[in-house]
Amino acid sequence: MRHLLSAADLSLPEITEILDLAEEMSTVQNRPVKKLPALRGRTVVNLFFEDSTRTRSSFEIAGKWLSADVINVSAKGSSVFKGESLRDTVLTVAAMGVDALVIRHHASGAPWQASQWIDAHVLNAGDGTHEHPTQALLDAFTLRRHFRRTDPTMIDFSGKTIAIVGDLTHSRVARSNVLLLQTLGAKVVLVAPPTLMPSGVGSWPATATSDFDDVLGACDAVMMLRVQRERMSGGYFPSAREYTVGYGLTRDRLNLLRPGTAICHPGPMNRGLEISADAADAADSLILDQVAAGVSVRMSVLYQILGGADDPASSPVREATLR
Amino acid sequence: MRDLLITGADLAGEGPADLLIRDGRLADPADAGLDAERLDAAGLIALPGLVDLHTHLREPGREDAETHDSGTRAAARGGFTAVLAMANTVPVTDTAEAASHVAALGRRAGHAEVIPVGAVTKGLNGEELAELGLMARSAARVRVFSDDGHCVTDARLMRRALEYVRAFDGVIAQHAQDPRLAGAQACCHEGDISGRLGLPGWPAAAESTIVARDVQLAELTGSRVHVCHVSTAETVDVLRWAKARGVKITAEVAPHHLLLTTDEVMGYDPTYKVNPPLRPSEHVEALREALADGIIDAVATDHAPHARHDKEHAFAEAAPGMLGLETALAVVIETMVNTDRLSWYAVARRTSVVPAEIARLSGQGRPLEPGEPANITLVDPAARAVVDRNQSASLSRNNPWHGRELPDPVVATFWAGRPTYRRD
Repeated sequence: MRHLLSAADLSLPEITEILDLAEEMSTVQNRPVKKLPALRGRTVVNLFFEDSTRTRSSFEIAGKWLSADVINVSAKGSSVFKGESLRDTVLTVAAMGVDALVIRHHASGAPWQASQWIDAHVLNAGDGTHEHPTQALLDAFTLRRHFRRTDPTMIDFSGKTIAIVGDLTHSRVARSNVLLLQTLGAKVVLVAPPTLMPSGVGSWPATATSDFDDVLGACDAVMMLRVQRERMSGGYFPSAREYTVGYGLTRDRLNLLRPGTAICHPGPMNRGLEISADAADAADSLILDQVAAGVSVRMSVLYQILGGADDPASSPVREATLR
Repeated sequence: MRDLLITGADLAGEGPADLLIRDGRLADPADAGLDAERLDAAGLIALPGLVDLHTHLREPGREDAETHDSGTRAAARGGFTAVLAMANTVPVTDTAEAASHVAALGRRAGHAEVIPVGAVTKGLNGEELAELGLMARSAARVRVFSDDGHCVTDARLMRRALEYVRAFDGVIAQHAQDPRLAGAQACCHEGDISGRLGLPGWPAAAESTIVARDVQLAELTGSRVHVCHVSTAETVDVLRWAKARGVKITAEVAPHHLLLTTDEVMGYDPTYKVNPPLRPSEHVEALREALADGIIDAVATDHAPHARHDKEHAFAEAAPGMLGLETALAVVIETMVNTDRLSWYAVARRTSVVPAEIARLSGQGRPLEPGEPANITLVDPAARAVVDRNQSASLSRNNPWHGRELPDPVVATFWAGRPTYRRD
């Protein structure tokens, strides 16, 4: 794997490999000494054109636990106004001899463009309203663990129905999840008011509906998306109250879910708007597991891209343990 | 200057004939002296010099992207003898002095006639009328007014502008884009591809709703309105309706909208970012049909040079626009002539005669007859070449045709009898 730009780049075996390795990586999290030597001497730059404490620190910890040198570069604010082009910014950072660039950008497509300009590996850490592939991978990781509690040998998600609910138009998490879940074989149901349904959603590998209640009882997981309050001024919906009544995971809706239905949210949550406290804190809520999975999955992805192991079956975790 | 006798060219599809250029005008070929220089044009088509209603020359203000010299050189290579220079320079062409300055810059460059377009509103701010009358009375004799790049959104202001320019037979060239439906961020046709790529959508309705309004304002005022760069099938429908009602409305289409589709945007290459955006193939088809029918009156390039660094941003943040002067006729031939949709006579009308009429240019778009100004473009209808952006006369390289094989038609361009371009 040269870059990770889109969830669509990954085949089922590649996803499985990433998730399996992430399982091994997660054991590191519970050790007193968390460092593996796998990426010693490698340099990873987190190039963030948009603030994101959560994703940046997750990538930073992942790189550090693999012994890579991790540098954070904040290029916040539109480079257009700073007078430096995206290409110049990316080339400047790459010229320092970095092995991988982890790019977060407020505009869709920026990591893809960067990958055309430089030799270093590029990881998309979220681009505009386009994609966020490591978020989709950590969601899949969390869900697979959840599903394996009742079906320990499951590999793909065939037969599972997963609803993604909320501001789909502006959600990079949703786009990556739709693509990854398609490869995993899940049935995806998109739920949003028509104003927040992406244009051309009919051509997506998913079914779309504006009736949340209609799908509640058929889901194996519901992924709630963050809704930004400023969408109200854009005329996407009239009020927070009305949004919650139509599309929030309220206490009433929680009771309509089948037992064992997983509840996910990429964070940060608007409690009381798209998700009630009852749902966020429910027994089947995986929201904190998602955060924990972030580091293991990003370790796995960094290793897959930068590890360069000759033997694909080799494991950085086992090797470190043997040593 | 010696007389030049061009022999055997097919005059805009009307059959082969000779053309004699004497003192900047066409003369009776029978009068050609023995000392006249001769140019064998057998197998070539002679068109009246092309007229571009929509060029961005960038000077004054962004001479790093284009100057009158480089831009009109590109125009000559593309077969143009006249270009209308859009008003969105720095400073904006919104006064008589600014218009005269633009005209003077064009005269100094000397590779094509440059006619300034005046801004409709001061500073293109969409709030107060610019000095339309003074621009019209100036030496530059401005007749076309446009806030191109911005829509004249305020219906009342648009109405007043239309009324006002009637006094001097002016025309308002509208950049039809409802800024509430398609705001500053909008950069991709709203549809499957914008949804998948997560790019801010530019719905087709943001164009056609403004055109529908302007049709009715043109009817109300009895004035002339011209629609810039029509990009949607819905706008074509509105134009068809308006023309059936006898409204004084004209429209142009840009070459890129006749051939390129939204698919080009899939790689987030800002070379393909243009405003209005590239549309899906059904719109492209409707535009070709409308140009064939005359519902769309003219081809205009929207030649929009940009310095390389202004294109090397994330797609949504890169400058919109693409080069067009050198390849416009090639694209018209590829999409309209080679598909039997337009005759050479009709090509002459859409690229020269009608745009000159819209802009009220007396010395352009004239018949190739003795006594007329010698503005001639000689065209080889069969030649083809792969476009190389590095061979361009433009200072900019945002050329969406780079690497594509297209017709390579222009053999020579004569403006007022002077060769402004001759192929080696």
